[in-house]
Amino acid sequence: MVPPVLEVEGLAKAFGGVQALAGVSLRVAAGEMLALIGPNGSGKSTCFNLINGQLRPDAGRVRLAGRDITGLPPRRAWRLGVGRTFQLTATFGSMTVRENVQVALLSHRRRLHGLWRPLPGQARDAAMALLARLGLEEQAERPCGILAYGDLKRVELAMALAHEPRLLLMDEPTAGMAPPERAALMALAAAIARERGIAVLFTEHDMDVVFGHADRVLVLERGRVIAEGAPAAVRADPRVREVYLGTGAVLGAG
Amino acid sequence: MTGRAIARRHLLAGAGLGAFAAPAILRAQEEAIRIGEINSYTTQPAFLIPYRNAWILAQEQVNAAGGINGRRIETLFRDDAGRPEDAVRLAGELLRSERVHLLAGGFLSHVGLAVADFANQHRRLYVASEPLSDALVWSRGNRYTFRLRASTYMQSAMLVEEAAKLPARRWATVAPNYEYGQSAVRWFKELLQRARPDVRFVAEQFPALGRIDAGATVQALAAANPEAIFNVTFAADLTNFVRQGATRGLFERRQVVSLLTGEPEYLEPLGDEAPENWIVTGYPWEQIDTPEHSAFREAYQRRWNTNPYLGSVVGYETVNAIATMLRRVNGTETEAMVEAMRGLRFQSVFGPVEFRAIDHQSTMGAYVGRTVLRDGRGTMADWRYADGANYLPPDEVVRQLRPAAT
Amino acid sequence: MAENLLLQALSGLASASSLFLVAAGLTVIFGVTRIVNFAHGSLYMLGAYLAWTLVTALPRGPLGFWGGVLGAALLVGLIGVLVEVLLLRRIYRAPELFQLLATFGVVLIVQDLALLVWGPQDLLGPRAPGLRGSVEILGLRFPLYDLFLIAVGPAVLGLLLLLFHRTRWGTLVRAATQDREMVGALGVNQRLLFTSVFFLGACLAGLGGALQLPRESVNLHMDLAIIVEAFVVVVVGGLGSLVGAFLAALLIGELHAFGILVFPRITLVLVFLVMAVVLVLRPHGLLGRPPEAPPAGAGGAEPPLRPAPPALRRLGAAALAAAVLLPPFADAYALSVLTEMAIFVLFAASLHFIMGPGGMASFGHAAYFGLGAYAAALLAKWAAAPMAAGLLLAPFAAGLFGLLFGWFCVRLSGVYAAMLTLAFAQIAWSVAFQWVEVTGGDNGILGVWPDAWAADPLAYYYLTLAFCLGATLLLRRVLHAPFGYALRAQRDSPLRAEALGVDAFQVRWLAFSLAALAAGIAGGFFAYAKGSVFPTALSIPRSVDALLMVLLGGVRTLSGPIVGAIAFTGLQEQLMRLVELWRLALGAVIVALVLFFPQGLAGAARAAYERRHGPAGA
Ligand SMILES: Nc1ncnc2c1ncn2[C@@H]1O[C@H](COP(=O)(O)OP(=O)(O)OP(=O)(O)O)[C@@H](O)[C@H]1O
Ligand SMILES: [Mg+2]
Repeated sequence: MVPPVLEVEGLAKAFGGVQALAGVSLRVAAGEMLALIGPNGSGKSTCFNLINGQLRPDAGRVRLAGRDITGLPPRRAWRLGVGRTFQLTATFGSMTVRENVQVALLSHRRRLHGLWRPLPGQARDAAMALLARLGLEEQAERPCGILAYGDLKRVELAMALAHEPRLLLMDEPTAGMAPPERAALMALAAAIARERGIAVLFTEHDMDVVFGHADRVLVLERGRVIAEGAPAAVRADPRVREVYLGTGAVLGAG
Repeated sequence: MTGRAIARRHLLAGAGLGAFAAPAILRAQEEAIRIGEINSYTTQPAFLIPYRNAWILAQEQVNAAGGINGRRIETLFRDDAGRPEDAVRLAGELLRSERVHLLAGGFLSHVGLAVADFANQHRRLYVASEPLSDALVWSRGNRYTFRLRASTYMQSAMLVEEAAKLPARRWATVAPNYEYGQSAVRWFKELLQRARPDVRFVAEQFPALGRIDAGATVQALAAANPEAIFNVTFAADLTNFVRQGATRGLFERRQVVSLLTGEPEYLEPLGDEAPENWIVTGYPWEQIDTPEHSAFREAYQRRWNTNPYLGSVVGYETVNAIATMLRRVNGTETEAMVEAMRGLRFQSVFGPVEFRAIDHQSTMGAYVGRTVLRDGRGTMADWRYADGANYLPPDEVVRQLRPAAT
Repeated sequence: MAENLLLQALSGLASASSLFLVAAGLTVIFGVTRIVNFAHGSLYMLGAYLAWTLVTALPRGPLGFWGGVLGAALLVGLIGVLVEVLLLRRIYRAPELFQLLATFGVVLIVQDLALLVWGPQDLLGPRAPGLRGSVEILGLRFPLYDLFLIAVGPAVLGLLLLLFHRTRWGTLVRAATQDREMVGALGVNQRLLFTSVFFLGACLAGLGGALQLPRESVNLHMDLAIIVEAFVVVVVGGLGSLVGAFLAALLIGELHAFGILVFPRITLVLVFLVMAVVLVLRPHGLLGRPPEAPPAGAGGAEPPLRPAPPALRRLGAAALAAAVLLPPFADAYALSVLTEMAIFVLFAASLHFIMGPGGMASFGHAAYFGLGAYAAALLAKWAAAPMAAGLLLAPFAAGLFGLLFGWFCVRLSGVYAAMLTLAFAQIAWSVAFQWVEVTGGDNGILGVWPDAWAADPLAYYYLTLAFCLGATLLLRRVLHAPFGYALRAQRDSPLRAEALGVDAFQVRWLAFSLAALAAGIAGGFFAYAKGSVFPTALSIPRSVDALLMVLLGGVRTLSGPIVGAIAFTGLQEQLMRLVELWRLALGAVIVALVLFFPQGLAGAARAAYERRHGPAGA
């Protein structure tokens, strides 16, 4: 049997007295889009941080295609095929959009220690191709420092895709975008994931996005999984409705 | 009153006065003899402002008396900010751009050494006025460098002479942690032990220069319970050391032998807290009534409306020495000037002085005496002039100490 | 024996108290404003001088004395307000550390003003009424005033803690210390907060100075004597932490008091050893917290590197042509100045390499400059090696030490990293200073003159120009290469860089060593240009010069360090020769430049260019 791309078992993490994550397990298969949802502070970002190694878990295992990557630093996880975007975008503000992607590409090709050939001439076509795929050609020469938030999110996605990841973690990829833009971006991400067989784990507060694009949905509350399954089933789950009623978020007509 | 602008104005005024006084001798078309003077004016103003004042006075006197063989002398002052690398650059500027005929000055030892080495490399005369380091004339002495001031060795030797007479056998030392302090302590120990084999050194302290932690230092010395103390700290460190030492009773029933403490630069700031009965080297300016010194004192007071410091004497005598040398040579050719400097004798306000041919050290001495309080301020008593000539090692030792044969 | 040790401990406590007073003001100011206030020592010195003036002018007696001391502290507080309102307030949005340049200008100005007002001689203040004498403790005498000082430290700490925890103002200050942005969001009058904090900090500095009156002479060296140590205390304690500063002052005071019993010569280096050990073990000091992420692009994000626009390229080519073609017509002195400029251009560029693109400021970059100089000089002295060998060894020696020291330094961030570089530089300095047998101590190494073929000033200038300019251009090339992008990547967003497989530690370490190597080249040429090497080559003022050059030129442009080095060297050279009060003049010029060009000279030039032609390159 082929192991799933991502397999998480009993992941737990506490910050001081706060149990941010209390034993979460999940699996994502190649080409699958799994949405991780839950109210603010329910532990979604923490879960991401534990998977890509930014934080060390107190307990639990993370396996990537069967290989244990628990506790590996993010740069090692990345080399093994974990790409991610951040909730608060993290790009290189002093570089242009194209250069941001070039850095990612060159890092992937292990050519980032080059001391001589100027970077702008390297991996340029690949970078432009990637930007074109994400509809960013127009922005290629603009500095990231002055980009609109929605565009930054797409740049992040481009960077995360630069090393042809097996697993893509997207923390609120459409936050700060206008609704039509959101749908377009998610459709694009889903298309790329399917076409390349990438396993995608994403969080999102926009329920249209979640239910429109996720293959499966997993609901967190206070660090625990309270529901998991197909979008329709999760949407109907009374516990989920209860959790979300409290927060005022709209689950949509059910 | 520190403006170089001011200095320059006075310089011009002095020159004008000279021309008025001796118009026949001073011919305007004759090129002036230019001295390039480099010193750490901004970092050591307490010593160097009186120094420059006296320098200007001496220069005015020389020019008023008709200059040197009809040529005026003039000085270009430069501030090296206490940095040897800047001093070297300025030496280059003075020699190459300003075309001075010789270099002079120096207060800090390392700055003096840097300029001396530069002078040697470029074969130009350097008359170092103040830097005390023995290295300047001995281990790193060179053909082109001469030094006026009594060196660390000489002043230590002067004090050892007194220290050896004391009954004390247990000694402690305190000195700033740099070359001057370390060599002073080294010489003092070596010379005293030679004179008094029964002497032991029971403690030494080396506070950082300008940053003494006086309380802890005094306590550490007291803990060793010495019978006598050799002090090399000066300026702000000295003040702090004296205050803490006095309050903690460190100096009671103990003899203190102290370098430079009798100089008005360091004694005056202590006011009525100046320590009493220390054996010191220094300069009791108000008590020296030789004709030469009285004349100097009066001229200085008239010119600058203030009393002379030791720095004043050093500045005055540097010009005096240079002028005497220049009178001996025809022109300003360096080798001729160097030969004239070797063995040059001149009358200083302290007495006759010679620049020894063997090591280019002048024999200008210092006053050795006891500190006392009079009218609420410190001064020296029971002092005598210690002629530097008597406090230098024998010639065969000097030859070993000075590898540069010339 | 035991009583001696007790008194030694008490002496340590008294110095600790004095140190804490100065450090307290510094840490409060840094905590809120993030300003590395180099002028804090000047405020301390002014406190002492003003106290001297007031106390000697007021009638003798307790009222005159204590009134004078407190009056001096308040006056210094007002001077602090003046500095904040007229100068610092205008540049809070400038790139990090830029304010350091401004406060350095203030230091220079105060030095000359104090000389003008109070004269060159040290001044002795009266002792404190009622605290003149000493008390007997176990049969030994201890100054009453020191006993009083021992009490003042904790008392001031207590009052400050009360102020910070029991008043609304104090709560705001603490909030601002933890999160600057938040206070702005709370709608607090940030300006007033900053000004009042500056007032308090300056008052504390002034009080620290004034309280030294009965202990120490008042003199013109007080400012620089205290400032470095005060910074060490602040950093060892943890930036912004009052209690930390108190503990650090205790630690340093006591270690010093007992250290000199065992190693009398440790006085030069002790505080830096302590700092190095503490920072290696605790990267944020004793009680410090990891700093909040640096304010993302204070003053806006840095613009991308672009190929230089044609105008700049023409200008560069013209400058280069002038540097090559004109010198044969210059006199020997001009050549020596040009040689020095070429050396400092590389020195500044090497610091900029880690400070700008690398985001790691260094307060001890002179270490590598000086190590290069010493390597060349030592080889000439001990092996009588030809000049070429020394010039070749210099970068390797410096680079090697860069690898060694860098391994520790690049793990830290911000001011902590900068202070660790300072600690290592000071350790290197004290070795050069005290290892007399090998290095000649402070008397240095003499006779490091160029070989005959390069002895001519013009030949030596061309040699220097070729290597220093070459190395500067190489550094520039590296910044355009992938490594340079990796370097900026880890600075712009450590999170993103790591998530892209960039090993930030490795990148920073390598960059640090490269910069050290380049500084070593500059140092080697410096040694042979001057003919001698002294510990000053790796001293704090040399490091500060490099910082000033980079900041003056502008951290955010590649031409910044070049422009800054030329401007600073030229300015200082001219002023030192021509102006008696050159420190006052230089300080005033620096302050003016800071106010008019908060992006640095090259930054301002670029802004002007962009206003006309649209976005340009570096
Ligand atoms: N580095 C940290 N230190 C301390 N507590 C943390 C840290 N990171 C997260 N937490 C806490 O852990 C809990 C989970 O936070 P997390 O960011 O994972 O939530 P989230 O589901 O991503 O929320 P949101 O929807 O707001 O992004 C919260 O209570 C948060 O305050
Ligand atoms: Mg989150």
